Amino acid sequence: MGRPEELLYSKEHEWVRVDGDTATIGITDYAADSMGDVVYVELPKVGAGVKQFGTAGVVESVKAVSDLYAPVAGEVVEINDTLENDPAAVNKDPFGSGWLFKVKLAGGAPPEGLLDAGEYERLTA
Amino acid sequence: MYAPHTDADVEAMLAVIGVGSLEELMRVPEAIALRDPLDIVPSLPEYQLARRFDRIAERNDGVGFRSFLGGGAYRHYAPPAITALVMRGEFLTAYTPYQAEVSQGYLQAIYEWQSYICLLTGMDVSNASVYDGATALAESAIMAINATGRRKVLVSRAVHPNYRAVLQTYCDGLDVEVDEVGYAADGTTDLAALEAAVASKQYAAIAIQSPNFFGNVDALPRITADAVRASETVIIAVVAEALSLAALAPPSEWGANIVAGEAQSFGVPVAYGGPYVGFIAATKEHLRRIPGRLAGKSVDGSGRTAYVLTLQAREQHIRRERATSNICTNQAHCALIATIYLALMGRSGLRDVASLNCKRSREAATALSSIDGIDLRFDAPFFNEFVVDFHQPAAGVLDALARREILGGIDLGRYYPELRTCALVTATELTTSGDIAALATALEEEARGRAVV
Amino acid sequence: MAAPSSDRTATPVIFELGSEGRANRYVEPGEPLENFLPSEALRADLPLPNHSELDVVRHYTRLSQRTFGIDLGFYPLGSCTMKYNPRINDAMASKPEFAQLHPYTPDAHAQGALAVMYELERNLSSLFGMAAFSLNPAAGAHAELTALLIAKRYFRDRGETKRDKVIVPDTAHGTNPASAAMCGFHVISLPSDERGRVSVEALSQVVGDDTAVCMMTNPNTLGLFEESIAAVAAAVHAAGGLMYYDGANANALMGNARPGDMGFDLMHLNTHKTFTIPHGGGGAGHGPIGVAAHLVDYLPTPVVVATERGGDASGAPSDRLTFRLDFDRPKSIGPVRSFWSNFAHAVRALAYIYANGAEGLTRVSQLAVLNANYLRVKIAEFLETPYAEICRHEFVVSAQSLKRETGVRALDIAKALLDRGFMAPTMYFPLIVPECLMIEPTETESKETLDEFVDALREIVSRAHSAPDELFAAPVTTVVGRVDETLAARRPDLRWEARGQQEKDPSTEKKVTKVNF
Repeated sequence: MGRPEELLYSKEHEWVRVDGDTATIGITDYAADSMGDVVYVELPKVGAGVKQFGTAGVVESVKAVSDLYAPVAGEVVEINDTLENDPAAVNKDPFGSGWLFKVKLAGGAPPEGLLDAGEYERLTA
Repeated sequence: MYAPHTDADVEAMLAVIGVGSLEELMRVPEAIALRDPLDIVPSLPEYQLARRFDRIAERNDGVGFRSFLGGGAYRHYAPPAITALVMRGEFLTAYTPYQAEVSQGYLQAIYEWQSYICLLTGMDVSNASVYDGATALAESAIMAINATGRRKVLVSRAVHPNYRAVLQTYCDGLDVEVDEVGYAADGTTDLAALEAAVASKQYAAIAIQSPNFFGNVDALPRITADAVRASETVIIAVVAEALSLAALAPPSEWGANIVAGEAQSFGVPVAYGGPYVGFIAATKEHLRRIPGRLAGKSVDGSGRTAYVLTLQAREQHIRRERATSNICTNQAHCALIATIYLALMGRSGLRDVASLNCKRSREAATALSSIDGIDLRFDAPFFNEFVVDFHQPAAGVLDALARREILGGIDLGRYYPELRTCALVTATELTTSGDIAALATALEEEARGRAVV
Repeated sequence: MAAPSSDRTATPVIFELGSEGRANRYVEPGEPLENFLPSEALRADLPLPNHSELDVVRHYTRLSQRTFGIDLGFYPLGSCTMKYNPRINDAMASKPEFAQLHPYTPDAHAQGALAVMYELERNLSSLFGMAAFSLNPAAGAHAELTALLIAKRYFRDRGETKRDKVIVPDTAHGTNPASAAMCGFHVISLPSDERGRVSVEALSQVVGDDTAVCMMTNPNTLGLFEESIAAVAAAVHAAGGLMYYDGANANALMGNARPGDMGFDLMHLNTHKTFTIPHGGGGAGHGPIGVAAHLVDYLPTPVVVATERGGDASGAPSDRLTFRLDFDRPKSIGPVRSFWSNFAHAVRALAYIYANGAEGLTRVSQLAVLNANYLRVKIAEFLETPYAEICRHEFVVSAQSLKRETGVRALDIAKALLDRGFMAPTMYFPLIVPECLMIEPTETESKETLDEFVDALREIVSRAHSAPDELFAAPVTTVVGRVDETLAARRPDLRWEARGQQEKDPSTEKKVTKVNF
């Protein structure tokens, strides 16, 4: 699967799509594949504040569990409710319908400390 | 010794391994080698072993006494079909059903157990069991702490004192504070005090037992349950006498979010305290916080119905230090006993047993309270046990009864200093009119004897 | 060799059987409950099925036939010590004087039960080199929790409250870190060295004045003896910490070496492993916890105490003692369970000790180690054994190179073993060995059985090269094939519901929702 060039990536295998002052966050195809079938996603509450690289939730597969880290700081403004009934979307379409939550960026500045697609490609090669 | 090895086997196997002796195989560094001889009972051939246990067992003369003991462990009739089934080697000698394909029977039985517990409690989900009622309460409190983020727990003083003590032990480990709310004059939880306490919105949970330790029905009235809900406090309903679920409104109807229970009454022998079988049932909001095993229904590759342990990512072997609990081995075989008991009894049998428990305990209560100097301490409706007040230290009265080979009840002074003249008396379907008459006569004679002195 | 062929049609759940009008007469019909309790306290209905006794007996007999136990075949489940469960133990535990004894029976009339607990406690203390045992914990994990609560209280009493770290090797059982977390301790994972052991060097990197407890099992879960255990214990003690022995692997050294002599301050036993108590499909277990002298006062309540009563000097020592349950222990962590012990299991464990005596127990461990090494050497002929040296009661093999060559994984081997009438070994544990199978034969298996197992495994490995697809499809002789675990977890169906109920609210049915507060 080709990874979207326009996204930013974290070393913890989350991706970020920045759109104005809002960032959409998900986990990468690499993370989803290595976890296996995702069966449950615990997301932060709307309105909660998240710190950059702080824990924001949990992703569970049948045999593994992994912390979800917020790649950017800010306030959670939306979560992907459909994952409650369809956690498989995280495996099937990690960069699309498998998105996890949206954050209103703190301070409005573009996030730092993240990788571009090329750097992330090298990390997971 | 149950090993099949002949000397020739041992020689041949050592040769394959390439070592000279068993001792060589077992060698450990000199500094930690065994020095002193072991102080172990002598080895006995099996027939003498059986005699040795006959000799030990004789010293349990209390088994032959007329008994009015309950308080969280109940003597009920258990059809022999239960033993015949659960002692089958396939059930008895299986491990936890990790390999689902060769464990379908046990997994289905666990699924049936979970279903029975849900039907009885009115909850959405139940786990495969925990150690006992007390640890069920402690683990339920941890669920509530994790759900709310609050670090204090409230418990009614009418909850079984052993359960409260275990809750305290567990909470000490987590640095969680436990507060108690008292009981009112009728022997049920002081609702005004409860409502005032939860209004502070600092408690993760309120634990309340019904029937409570005094035997009294202690379900929350709607107005109190509403007040607790408004304070976002989890209601934990404790059930120590599971048979009561056959008669009383299920905890779901009076607002419980979690039910922490003990199912020993369903065919599990009293066995001097264990093993018993605790359970945790909850509304589905709490599903992911439930500790321990869960059996789920799924399909195999050909679409056949198949059962499997599921939602294992909650558990210690995957989540390690962040698991919902450390529990691994639970009480599967006792849960199997209880499941088969419930299947055999059915709705009608269970209702009949519950009704007989009410009847016998009322007969006992009437007989005792008609004796001069003995009163019922509380007047709330009770299930199969009640509190009598001897108006003198209960310990002495119960000792005198024991000398007459009657176990008359539990001395409440050991748990409630203010109730040191009181005892908890239990009657079940196994209590006979002869037992009740003997208890009443003994108490009358004791009273007369004291009057003479 | 194949598993017994079984009825492949699904067995309906008990709720789909039965008939409303059916009833067994275990008790006489009761009066309406309204005669005894106010109607507002009563439940409206009790939605349970009624069955004939025969239907119930057939249903659960069929379920038993769809379950594999030691009685059916070899059960080499690593770290679980699935040895033969002698029936004399059950016969003793079900004696009415034990089974029908109420826990609130006054001590004076429960002397036999207390004698059992006392004798077992004394024997375990001697066998494992501890000052005292408590029989209270209900399972190994429960005992770990109890031990860590003791450690926490002990350090609090000494004013050493900053000791909040528990060191756990990366080969440890998952219960170790989970138990530590339940006592508010932070877990430090200690990497094993290339020989699969804890190294004193690695330990010295993490041990310090914040160390509370170091939890170890010896032999470890690779089946390897930790030879430097004395030095490890010395290092932990020098830092002021306590050593905890996870007794899951005690069958490897019982009667031959003692955790007490190795420097452990606390330990537990899984008597449902080492002492032949049947595991019953997942418990009840029994997890006695042992402590060194400085920790005895912290044991959970109650404790069995003995006093001389004189009299007949010819009987067993315990016959000359009087016992009582002591609840008044000011330093105790308090009780950890509703009642005193999984007592029926204490009877079973004591019966096993009587059947063996000191010599027998010592030989049990020797033969358990003999069987494991015999299997290890034979299996090494065709499967990778990452630690090729004398093991103790268990050992690990890795299917990693087999997987590389053929695509066949440890999971496939496990499932293929089921088709050949064997229980599978523990899979994918310990976590540090890729494609791991952990094999523990126990001492009660004969050389013939071990040889049959080796032959089956050899045949599976050869098939991996010739016909791997057969292994991917395994098991095929069992009542169901591989179960869809993803479906089970994504759409949890954890209970039966009446059809009408399911239709009532399809939107919430089987749906997983998050916690609301």
